[in-house]
Amino acid sequence: MTSPEPDFDVIVVGGGPAGAVAAHQLATAGLSVVLIERGETPGSKNLSGGVLYGRVLDQVFPGFAQEAPVERRITRHVTTFLTPDSAVSLDYRGGPLADPVNAVTVLRAKLDPWLVERAEEAGAFVMPGVRVDELLREPGPHGRPQVVGVRAGDDELRARVVVAADGVNSFLARSIGLRPQPPEHHLAVGVKAVVRLPREAVEDRFGVSGDDGAAHAIVGDCTHGIGGGGFLYTNTDSLSVGVVLRLDDLLRSGRTAIEVFEDYLDHPGLAPYLRGGEIAEYGSHLVAEGGLAMVGDVHTDGLVVVGEAAGLTINSGLTVRGMDLAVGSALAAATGVAEAIAAGDVSRDGLAAYRRHLDESFVMADMRTYAKAPAFLERTGMYGAYGELAADLFRDVFSLDTTPRRHLAKVALGAFKRSPVTVRQLVSDGWAGVRAL
Amino acid sequence: MSTSQTVTVRLARNRFLLDEEESHIEIDQEVCRSTGTGKRLVAVCPAGVYTEREDGTIDAEYAACLECGTCLAVAAPGALRWHYPRGGFGVAFREG
Ligand SMILES: Cc1cc2nc3c(=O)[nH]c(=O)nc-3n(C[C@H](O)[C@H](O)[C@H](O)COP(=O)(O)OP(=O)(O)OC[C@H]3O[C@@H](n4cnc5c(N)ncnc54)[C@H](O)[C@@H]3O)c2cc1C
Ligand code: SF4
Repeated sequence: MTSPEPDFDVIVVGGGPAGAVAAHQLATAGLSVVLIERGETPGSKNLSGGVLYGRVLDQVFPGFAQEAPVERRITRHVTTFLTPDSAVSLDYRGGPLADPVNAVTVLRAKLDPWLVERAEEAGAFVMPGVRVDELLREPGPHGRPQVVGVRAGDDELRARVVVAADGVNSFLARSIGLRPQPPEHHLAVGVKAVVRLPREAVEDRFGVSGDDGAAHAIVGDCTHGIGGGGFLYTNTDSLSVGVVLRLDDLLRSGRTAIEVFEDYLDHPGLAPYLRGGEIAEYGSHLVAEGGLAMVGDVHTDGLVVVGEAAGLTINSGLTVRGMDLAVGSALAAATGVAEAIAAGDVSRDGLAAYRRHLDESFVMADMRTYAKAPAFLERTGMYGAYGELAADLFRDVFSLDTTPRRHLAKVALGAFKRSPVTVRQLVSDGWAGVRAL
Repeated sequence: MSTSQTVTVRLARNRFLLDEEESHIEIDQEVCRSTGTGKRLVAVCPAGVYTEREDGTIDAEYAACLECGTCLAVAAPGALRWHYPRGGFGVAFREG
């Protein structure tokens, strides 16, 4: 029995950064490509904190930061340690952040349609508003089941290769047993609001002007000690503000995600930034937190898995990165898939070309560099006691109460003696942190 | 008035395309009860979709779902059937 001819060379499922860039590259290489997205329009299901490290996207679309709907270029990175009633911040600004553009803030309902339009322009056929329900499989030439297409409702579409760019839940790869359901400590829930503020208020409060913007990473009391952290990013005339909460810790805490989010937004340390702002939208999304341990298998017969569906995110404690890794994996996949199709071998051996390109790319290099970050972040010190310690230290330095000023090292030691953090813990966390971050 | 408002007020700012014909969330009350899944669903859902009655029954207000998949990630096997809404339906972010 011969199988029917494929309708397309490649079916890409998912119109996030991974799927859009994969479709763009494959169409540009001359292959026939369909991109299927369940959202009414691309981006309508997607949410991120919003800091896009743009160098890799700039390779695909040179000068994209001028063309694409981006919000602000990040020229200030602020790290804030919160305690219940104080905030200590480290402010990093620098020319190197702005030129060439290192990071920009984005809103996904605006960015993703632009990316998908680029794919369409390159010749990909885009089908929005369609949910893929299942992968079609048939016995392949090597006697193993081979992915030959997808089913959406009553329709079946066939292709030589399917690219699963379906995001963190990765239902397609899970449905055929390629990827396991991640354990709770490998997932975090992100809860976010977009808060509308006049442009001038954004610029005054964050000390930026023009198209420049600030990214605040918030640690310490912001999550009531639950592993994760808070973010506060500037858009043109709004703020992206939210928390990321590791699921195992959230469940252990006895609190609800709603309550943690509300306490965060109402924290006195955030009030000066949010005052008078109106919530324009409220959303949530999972984040893969397993790091390198979560990557596992990313290809099989007739299928490759890209972006967050392949577990490709890095949470360093101060930044979440996923969009740039999604783009990087899409580039590796497009090259590998085009090679496999040209060689006439789309079995897992042929598609191993994707894995090779991925392993050689910055994506896996960075995943390996940060491999120890998840374990480091599981140490709760990062989220509670260290904020207290930092606040205590700065209180001693800045609260001039006529007692003679002590040398900073002594102040630090004093604060440290009052803190529940032990030397051993500090040293071992510091060391683990140096190696992990 | 606090910035955070209540979850109902926050959700009211969103755009939803409600699928009147089918819910994408189904709960097996028996399994939910015997595995303690109900309380986990209530704890993790950022949209407040799940509520627990006094007798332990879990109600799901699927129209408010933000489609993150967190509930499914913490549910005991068999306690919850959750999938994405049909194509084009559900939450439609305008910001993201
Ligand atoms: C709170 C939060 C903060 C974050 N902050 C940052 C940050 O500051 N910087 C950063 O780089 N990353 C950040 N991330 C991570 C980043 O958002 C993701 O890693 C990135 O979006 C992954 O891109 P993707 O294309 O792989 O998947 P997605 O963007 O999730 O795209 C998947 C697409 O597939 C579609 N889809 C899924 N299933 C189907 C189906 N069955 N049929 C049809 N379509 C389907 C979806 O609708 C979606 O459009 C954050 C994430 C969260 C949750
Ligand atoms: S998917 Fe997210 S928002 Fe929807 S019910 Fe589950 S936890 Fe709640």
